[in-house]
Amino acid sequence: MGLDPEDVFKDEEDDPDNEFFQQSESSKEYVVYLVDASPKMFNTTCPGNDQKDETHFHTSVSCIAGSLKTQIISRSYDEVAICFFNTREKKNLQDLNGVFVFNVAEREHLDRPTARLIKEFDCIEESFMREIGSQYGIVPGSRENSLYNALWVAQALLRKGSIKTADKRILLFTNEDDPFGSLQDAAKKDMTRTTLQRAKDAQDLGISIELLPLSRPDSEFNVSTFYADLIGLDGEDLAQFMPSASQKLEDMKDQLRKRMFTKRVVRRIEFHIANGLSIALNTYALIRPTVPGAITWLDSVTNHPLKTERSLICEDTGALIQEPPKLFQPYRNENVKFLPEEIAEIKRISPGKLRLLGFKPLSCLKDYYNLRPSTFVYPSDQEVVGSTCIFIALHRSMLKHKRFAVAYYGASSHPQLVALVAQDEITSAGAQMEPPGMHMIYLPYSDDIRDDEEIFPDTEEDAPRADEDQIQKAAALIKRIYVKDFSAFQFANPALQRHYAVLQALALAEDDIPETIDETAPDEEGLTRPAVVKAAEAFKLSVYGDSYDEESDMGKEKMSEASRKRKAIAENAAKDYDWGNLADKGQLKNLTVGDLKVYLNAHNLPVSGKKEALISRILTHMGK
Amino acid sequence: MARNKEKLVLLLDVGPSMHGVLSEVEKLCSMLVEKKLIFSKYDELGVVVFGTEESKNDLTTEVGGYQNITVLQDIKVVDGDLVDTLQKLPRGRVDGDFLDAIVVGMDMLIKKYKDLHKGKKRLCLITNAIHPIKDSFEGSKEDQVMTIAEQMAAQGMKIESIVVRGRLSRDANKGVMDENDHLLSIFSKKTHTRIVYVDTPTSLLGALKTRRVTPVTVFRGHLELSPHMKIKVWVYKKTQEEKFPTLKKYSEKAPASNKLATHQVKVSYEYKSVDGSSTSVIPPEQRIKGYRYGPQVVPISTAEWDAVKFKPEKGIKVLGFTDASKIKRHCYMKDVYLFIAEPGNTRATLAVSAIARAMKEMNAVAILRCVWRQGQQNVVVGVLTPNISQNYKIPDSFYFNVLPFAEDVREYQFPSFNSFPASWQPNDQQQKAADELVQMLDLAPSGKEALLPEFTPNPVLERFYRHLELKAKQPDAAVPPLDETLKNIVEPDPELVAENKSVFDALHRHFELRQNPKLKKSSRQWYQEKQSGSNAHVSSGQAVNSIENQPPVKIEKIGDLTPVQDFEAMMSQRDNPEWVEKAIKELREKILALLIHSDEGDKYQKAVECVAALRKGYILEQEPGPYNDLMHHIRQYCEEKGIKSLPQLLASRDLTLISKSEAEDSDVTAEEARSFFVKMEPKPDV
Repeated sequence: MGLDPEDVFKDEEDDPDNEFFQQSESSKEYVVYLVDASPKMFNTTCPGNDQKDETHFHTSVSCIAGSLKTQIISRSYDEVAICFFNTREKKNLQDLNGVFVFNVAEREHLDRPTARLIKEFDCIEESFMREIGSQYGIVPGSRENSLYNALWVAQALLRKGSIKTADKRILLFTNEDDPFGSLQDAAKKDMTRTTLQRAKDAQDLGISIELLPLSRPDSEFNVSTFYADLIGLDGEDLAQFMPSASQKLEDMKDQLRKRMFTKRVVRRIEFHIANGLSIALNTYALIRPTVPGAITWLDSVTNHPLKTERSLICEDTGALIQEPPKLFQPYRNENVKFLPEEIAEIKRISPGKLRLLGFKPLSCLKDYYNLRPSTFVYPSDQEVVGSTCIFIALHRSMLKHKRFAVAYYGASSHPQLVALVAQDEITSAGAQMEPPGMHMIYLPYSDDIRDDEEIFPDTEEDAPRADEDQIQKAAALIKRIYVKDFSAFQFANPALQRHYAVLQALALAEDDIPETIDETAPDEEGLTRPAVVKAAEAFKLSVYGDSYDEESDMGKEKMSEASRKRKAIAENAAKDYDWGNLADKGQLKNLTVGDLKVYLNAHNLPVSGKKEALISRILTHMGK
Repeated sequence: MARNKEKLVLLLDVGPSMHGVLSEVEKLCSMLVEKKLIFSKYDELGVVVFGTEESKNDLTTEVGGYQNITVLQDIKVVDGDLVDTLQKLPRGRVDGDFLDAIVVGMDMLIKKYKDLHKGKKRLCLITNAIHPIKDSFEGSKEDQVMTIAEQMAAQGMKIESIVVRGRLSRDANKGVMDENDHLLSIFSKKTHTRIVYVDTPTSLLGALKTRRVTPVTVFRGHLELSPHMKIKVWVYKKTQEEKFPTLKKYSEKAPASNKLATHQVKVSYEYKSVDGSSTSVIPPEQRIKGYRYGPQVVPISTAEWDAVKFKPEKGIKVLGFTDASKIKRHCYMKDVYLFIAEPGNTRATLAVSAIARAMKEMNAVAILRCVWRQGQQNVVVGVLTPNISQNYKIPDSFYFNVLPFAEDVREYQFPSFNSFPASWQPNDQQQKAADELVQMLDLAPSGKEALLPEFTPNPVLERFYRHLELKAKQPDAAVPPLDETLKNIVEPDPELVAENKSVFDALHRHFELRQNPKLKKSSRQWYQEKQSGSNAHVSSGQAVNSIENQPPVKIEKIGDLTPVQDFEAMMSQRDNPEWVEKAIKELREKILALLIHSDEGDKYQKAVECVAALRKGYILEQEPGPYNDLMHHIRQYCEEKGIKSLPQLLASRDLTLISKSEAEDSDVTAEEARSFFVKMEPKPDV
């Protein structure tokens, strides 16, 4: 093992923090969705999105469908199983009544989500009654216990894999807070006991059971009736569990989304506050750009994946280089050589530590002090007892005095000055919107900041400033386009959505690719409301006078001298050749790339690619 | 490239009052040249020092006056000698006159370049400006400066002044300082000037941009507030990280006699099919890109992608304005952009100014959707914040920060601090101690902000370029530790710490830290090591005792009785990678010992069990190499000794080489692994 010499040269893109999302197989998660399919789930409704009522069953199923889609993109190594209970039909390895494990072809019961699974699960509601059916599984006079059976099946599904390398979870969707309510005393007691024992057995095996309760509009789901014991809630946890009646679908989806991802620590660091006072912190990457997954090269004949072999070849002798080579930087007409270890040594400044340097008021943290996504830190008492206490004390003081901490973070690949900004917990309707902790913001150095003086061109006169009237008009316009409840990350990335829509369609060999909605498109309709237009006109008049229209047209006229010249030359040159004739005779290949580009330029076509590409583009353009 | 060649004259004050910071000036200037030698080799540079006893410049010989100014180096293309010159600046004996130095510098530039290269000629003055300049013969000092500034503007020269003040200029005459500051500020009225005041050696190192990057627009076009209201803007980068330079790989294969050897290394990639049976290289045209979708890999050609992928139109559109508090600071994703009105377009400048100021008044920000270029395959959503200019020469503008999309955010839940047990909650005294620390360990007392990012050099880059210079002279020099000036960036200011000793004492008194006694020893040891590195004295006797009292459940050695169980126990102590290494090493030795000490194969069964466990361990660690080496070793051993039974035992249990299918790094195919023991030809027994 040892130090990977290449590791030293990793730049921002390969930052280990980013690997967080390209999670490896070593830390998988196995999830069984256990969905109550009793008639009660179909009979009870709650107001959904478009003011239309939705059944609880629909709510649960659409939540799972949504999370499967997220999962296949960002955590496709995780494995899932979907299991209904209180069903008419049964399908499970144990052949237990009232439990149906939903699956599709070419897939084990607990397996990675596939395109087919997602597609078929999307339309499960249409076929559910016909193929699976709904029926109460726990009825007086019968010894059947569908909840018990469901837990058994789920536990059996999760037998796969070691608990050391995988997180195992059961997510239980139900709207029945008292599953044994219909039974008589003795039978009820007995079933309650065996079911709780079943759950406890599962938990002892390292499986966590989580409950996603659905409340009926008239009465709230009472966790303490039965499920508190099942999932092991007590005291304060219980009080926090259902903070408010989460009847709305949105809340439910939110909850699921937040529980979908178990927290992953990026790394543990030591926060050095003073000599002899170092506390332990965990860092988390809460915000990182999601990118389409890595490309795998395939053999286009067999569609088998290819193996990439990287070899280092000496340019002078052509010999293969085996050992990690030295590195060099040409300097003063010489090659100054470095060993990879030396480079690592240069970068090693208080490794793995976060050293507190001092505090500054929040107003010192300028908007342009930013380079990379921030990292979240949260204390841990696991190694050093007392860490959380100091952290909370500092956190409170920083919030109270509106100050942030400046610290030096000695990350091995990227040591940097950082700002630690305390974030207070924000909750809304019982859900945590912002977790309490500190955000580590990476500060730029002097070499990373461009001076305004360099960017702004020289001028003799002072820069013009807007007057009071103009500012007022601008304010009026801003008020017209004001969005009250904006959240920083409400938009889905249209490029990514498109990417996966295309992939999904191709993976399922579908002919047409579904349209994706670009949520980031501006509200054109809203912007052309008379009130907005009026405010815009007033602002225009105030700043531009009558000359606004001339201004906007000038851009086209005022093409720079150089580009006009270039264009003229291009047009002339394009006329010089008899393109059609050349194309017919197949003589285009006799021209230079430069000549070909002249044609492409003249017709506003892209000029990228190899010569063949250019020729074929010209031919396509001519319609030949 | 030629048009970007910069012509720079350094005007360095080396008078007695500057001696304290001259070593920093030397480092700063030599860094400037070192970077030029790498990134802009054709820049030209001259060096003038003032405050010297002697005088050596053209003007003093031609017209007289201009005393105590020495041209250390005429303007020439940068080279290594310049670094050497700048690394040992003379220490002057007299107080210099910075205005005279400016004139000398201008004279050099004018003589060499006439009125060519407008905008590329630059003067850089480093002084403390605490000594009065000489009175002029005609007119006031102000008039004199005004004339010089006008001349400078006419010649297309720029001047950058770094004024060393504060702690660094001791007790100087305030009247003189104010006068000098006023005089220097006149330059900024007439020409493009940057004046910075620095008060620590560290900020002096960061005061000068040692690498000049010509700003390039990211976007030129309309900022669309609504379909009917557009403002012409240009967009630049405001911050962009200066990366650690990418070094080339060096090949030592070429013979020393080959003077023309480039020593370059070519990295070649070959794509081969994984089947294992054939190792043919697949030509590029037969390759197709595959994208993962769950367990499937979907092949899509570039042309297919082009037809269906997301293609937004170029343009910047406002999605709406919102309250600044809606956008959290930690959501900023990338480096920062600067939006300015189209230069020279007064109306656009006014419009930007009006909106920026209105936003500031209303505490509003704008949400934007940007597509910088035509053909760009994604959109950027971000937040526009006003930047109200304090400098009347510079118009108002906006900063733009990229915001995350819904997919980019992981909404983890963290326990509320209030939900923690009372013992984890700070009590009043502890809270008071923390309050004191947050207030007293102040980096921005009354406007004098320390570690201002604008003036803080990157210690890693400083260290690299200095080491590069050192290595050019002594190829085997070791990496030096950070010097005092740079230490101020990575460690707390010792002065500040000393001033607040009582605050730190209170902190130590009220907070107690100890290692978690329940934790396994190994990881605690690791922690202890780290602690002792940072001269810790928290680890009270209690913590030490708890280590000794630890129950002896830990397995640290592979015994003779139950080697396999011991090995597995050690492997499962996953808290520290060292355990795994140790376990593997010990089991390996055990196997070899069993082989050698075996009489008539009585211990082979045990050895085979160990091999089985070891093999599993190596596969788990994905380290096929050492295991396969061991197997070769065993095979050789058996061949030499003519032992047949052991290989048969191993083969019967499929304990052969680790193949590619089991561990990625293995270069053994499944076929080879299968036939490993079969192919063995034991020598006939002797």
